[in-house]
Amino acid sequence: MSRLLAQVRAELGLVARNGEQLLLTLGIPVMLLVFFSLVDVLPTGTDEPIDFLAPGVLALAVMSTAMVSLGIATGFERSYQVLKRLGATPLGRGRLVLAKIVAVAVVELVQLAVLVPIAYALGWRPDPANWLLAVAGVLLGTAAFAGIGLTMAGRLRGEVNLAAQNGLYLVLLLLGGMVVPIDELPAPLQAVARVLPSGALADVLRDALGGLGDRPGTSWIVLAAWAVASPLVARRLFRFHERR
Amino acid sequence: MPSTSANPEPPVVVDGLTIRYGDLVAVRNVSFTAEAGSVTAVLGPNGAGKTSTIEACEGYQRPTSGTVRVLGLDPAAEQARLSERMGVMLQDGGITPSARVRDTVRHYCRLYGRGVDADALVEQVGLAERSRSTWRRLSGGERQRLSLALALAARPEVAFLDEPTSGVDVHGRDTIRSIVRGLAAEGCAVILATHELDEAERVADRVVIFDQGEVIADGTLAELRRGHDEIRFHSSPDLDLRAMAEAIGFVVSRVGADEYVVDAPPHPRLMATLAGWLGDQGHPLHDVRAGAQRLEDVFRRLTAREDRA
Repeated sequence: MSRLLAQVRAELGLVARNGEQLLLTLGIPVMLLVFFSLVDVLPTGTDEPIDFLAPGVLALAVMSTAMVSLGIATGFERSYQVLKRLGATPLGRGRLVLAKIVAVAVVELVQLAVLVPIAYALGWRPDPANWLLAVAGVLLGTAAFAGIGLTMAGRLRGEVNLAAQNGLYLVLLLLGGMVVPIDELPAPLQAVARVLPSGALADVLRDALGGLGDRPGTSWIVLAAWAVASPLVARRLFRFHERR
Repeated sequence: MPSTSANPEPPVVVDGLTIRYGDLVAVRNVSFTAEAGSVTAVLGPNGAGKTSTIEACEGYQRPTSGTVRVLGLDPAAEQARLSERMGVMLQDGGITPSARVRDTVRHYCRLYGRGVDADALVEQVGLAERSRSTWRRLSGGERQRLSLALALAARPEVAFLDEPTSGVDVHGRDTIRSIVRGLAAEGCAVILATHELDEAERVADRVVIFDQGEVIADGTLAELRRGHDEIRFHSSPDLDLRAMAEAIGFVVSRVGADEYVVDAPPHPRLMATLAGWLGDQGHPLHDVRAGAQRLEDVFRRLTAREDRA
């Protein structure tokens, strides 16, 4: 247990000292939430933009932490042989993975603790507010995005992984119904967006926190499928060190 | 350090190890052992199979065939148990660039849980002044010393150090040699992979020489040098080697622009004849070295392709 806690502390310390990761996990979600709530330029289809934006930005925050931040950090750790070196300590690979999961959960709690009060300050009053359902969505989303991030991190070289994670982040942000409603996308893209984990997570959060979900039943199925499949793919494809 | 006397076999036993990467045979039928309380240098040029062999001992590589036993355990199958007693120094560090020296050493001391004092360890490897620096701000030698500190955090019974003095300055090398000898003195079996022959000559008790994936020599330095005495000297670049050989009664070889070797024991009479002939011919004589071959010469002799054909 003490080894696990030591590793969790080390993981969180590295996140806290990494400016890019803080920008990604907190800075960008806060900026998007505040800017597009105050400047009503998005076709959100709601009376108050914050009602659409708050659940979408929470979904974005989950994606930022569980996929991009975890994926980029793990990819570089793999390139720098940090994973390989830690694998030869009594920590072991199992506890290393568990420590990363716990660290992601802690960062997500911090994100919620920052984003939800800001959203309330901007006038968000979700009704209904089924927080248990929202947490379930966040857990499934975390599993889905972590699987995607780790699959890329466990296969691609550090710099390639960095570019790929950022590119995917941008694609999922724009196509995922987080800040731009899926209905506003061209028809072919709508079909794609509805089977992406980002769109599914944003939709189930929007349904749980405000009852504004587009097609929540389908979104739960899509999200659950990603949450099961992507960690299994990561488990199968992840390489702790680059083979020579 | 826990006693290893319960294990009747040496701490490291490699027997018939073969490692393939697809069609490439990186290690071919390699066997050697490493004893507790000694430093075993695994020598060889780049690509000779040293790192693959060491990684098999650390549990990173699964042998294609053959067996590896470290502290009585199968490293690939029992890496978790082995890791508590094994120190590892990777060739390329394995440290996050933004991690600070003291934080990293403290973290590894916690992970190993062997009661090693992190601050004392930082001091021991000569990084106390740099304890707040991040890895990316360290020099090459400082990075190697930090990496060595992480191996020491295990208070290891067996330590695998891959190229520990690569890129390290003179003072840093002295520190690392001292630590390596200290580890062995405490009873640890130290296995040192290096391509730096001078380093092996200074610190190793036993040498295992690899070439093209195979072990081509295995023994103490004295054993490897035995029967290979020589006289090595510098003189004019235009010596008449045939005339000189007739005069002294031994073959003379040119090994550098003005460096020569006589493959013969350094008998005083031979030395006098050699010096006399050079003097008579008006040639200088300097940098004379007589006696056992240097490890570098042993290595050249053993790895010369035409000699092995």
